[in-house]
Amino acid sequence: MKMGREDISLMEKKTEITFRKQSQAKEIWRRFKKSKGAVIGLVMLTVMLAIILMADVIAPYSLATKQNMLKKNAPPSLEHIFGCDAYGRDIFARVLHGGRTSLSIAVLATMTSCLFGSLLGAVAGYFGKVVDSVICRALDIFMSVPDILFTMAVVVALGANFINLLVALTLAYFTNYVRLVRSQVLNLSELEYVEAARAGGASSARIIATHIIPNAMGVIIVNTTLNVAKIILYESTLSFLGLGMPPPAPEWGLMLADARIYLRTSPHLLFFPAAAIVLSACSVNLIGDGLRDALDPHLKS
Amino acid sequence: MYKYVIKRLLFLIPTIFGVSFIIFLVMNITPGDPARALLGLSAPQADVDALNHELGYDLPFIQKYFTYLKNMILHQDFGKSYYTKQSVFGEVWPRYIITIRLALAGVLLSSLIGIPPGIYTAVKQYSLWDTIPSVIAFFIAAIPAFVFGLLMLFIFSLKLNWLPSFGATTIYHYIMPTLTIAIPPAAQVMRFTKSSMLEAIRQDYVRTARAKGASERAVIWKHALLNALLPVITQVGLSLGILICGAVVAEKMFSIPGIGSLIVDRILFKDEPIILAGTILISICFTIVMLAVDLTYAFIDPRIRAKYTTGGKE
Repeated sequence: MKMGREDISLMEKKTEITFRKQSQAKEIWRRFKKSKGAVIGLVMLTVMLAIILMADVIAPYSLATKQNMLKKNAPPSLEHIFGCDAYGRDIFARVLHGGRTSLSIAVLATMTSCLFGSLLGAVAGYFGKVVDSVICRALDIFMSVPDILFTMAVVVALGANFINLLVALTLAYFTNYVRLVRSQVLNLSELEYVEAARAGGASSARIIATHIIPNAMGVIIVNTTLNVAKIILYESTLSFLGLGMPPPAPEWGLMLADARIYLRTSPHLLFFPAAAIVLSACSVNLIGDGLRDALDPHLKS
Repeated sequence: MYKYVIKRLLFLIPTIFGVSFIIFLVMNITPGDPARALLGLSAPQADVDALNHELGYDLPFIQKYFTYLKNMILHQDFGKSYYTKQSVFGEVWPRYIITIRLALAGVLLSSLIGIPPGIYTAVKQYSLWDTIPSVIAFFIAAIPAFVFGLLMLFIFSLKLNWLPSFGATTIYHYIMPTLTIAIPPAAQVMRFTKSSMLEAIRQDYVRTARAKGASERAVIWKHALLNALLPVITQVGLSLGILICGAVVAEKMFSIPGIGSLIVDRILFKDEPIILAGTILISICFTIVMLAVDLTYAFIDPRIRAKYTTGGKE
């Protein structure tokens, strides 16, 4: 009799857990779908990613670098729908292939800075005491150097290429995650359910893995998404200053830097790469805002 | 309170050490040397070595670092530029003033542009006067500062010919650069003010104020706004970092002789003394602004002031 009841309650528990897991994801998706902006952002980003991924099919890389002086600064036409730049290179192809560089750097740099920063933040928050204050003080010093100076120093000193740019951007952005994850870990470890788990005899590793990380995840995901947009803008700024990818490579910020000289005569050089930056940053921001509302119903009133 | 200020000011010392160490490290673990950059790729190695020795670049890292700190602290000497052979301080200081002027004007302008619409949209939530400014701010947040700069150059300098496109001699020269760097943080400040204000409007004390019959005006200005402004002040202080980044871009774009463009130019020559002095000065300014933000906080909010004073007594 007793055994039976336990079995039933165990079964109930099990079904309940799996059911709730499903509903959690569904619930987030349902809330995400409700926000028009988020869906528009998702569609826009998907379309852009699809075009950029198929860039080689639509406009081969050679088109982006092939120079044709006869078509210097040619305005948009049927043959070159975005026109040509100062070297007669097809801007459409350059925008597509530039998107590949810009977006992959933005995504990769966000991921590396998130991993590195979260790890450091979790260590600081979890171990506390000396470790925490050492990390925090070091971070204060680190953060008192404005990002741009630090990134510039790193990029110029190491040389501008994909990997070094990634290192520089990671170093500029990991600090946010340290603070974020640290405060999350500190806040969460004071909550009742963590206390309950501790009282129940769960090990620290288990508490972190099953209680703290899943609950901190929402905030981290939202921040990561919004950070992608920030890095897209920041990276284009670096390229504009001549600190991004080296010149022959197509890159949005670099294209804008070139457009500056011909601003008076050929504003189309400015328009298309700028539009690409704005569209991608906008769609990422829309998704980020939607995710924030979907993941944290408290924030949405 | 004083104890707190002094503690924070004392933290400037490890900050300066830390900053100079980080920059020193970055400059030294990376390939390339100033003599090679000065003499060119074709110069014979012996000449390059001799010049590096003359500049003091070939000393061991730790020795160089401590000599630098010693000169800086004991003699207020930031050394001589590798590139121009001029005193670093004389070269950096006037440019530093220009950049700080630009960045502070940017802070002021961005809060002037950002805070009022932030308050207004929060008060008029869900109306057309909320939607339109919010959508505009959303788009602006996705546009890099230099694109604004280029657009303004195109419209006001090239098409209308109203404003000068380069230099920093008159106040007119500062209009476009300041706007360039102020607009993106203004959008952020606006979004931040709005959410902070929305949160404040929903608080119990605002409902109480309404319940006791305070006028809508008093409720918004006295009860909600004062409380909502606290986090906004922090945000404005933090945006100084973005503004310094913007200042570098604006200096390059409008050919303003500021410290950012100086550092960008000299990094290529590995002109360590200039880069170090520039970075240290900017970091000091940044730390002082953050301190000022915290103090303003205490000045505005009696709760925080009380916490500091009891903290001091303990």
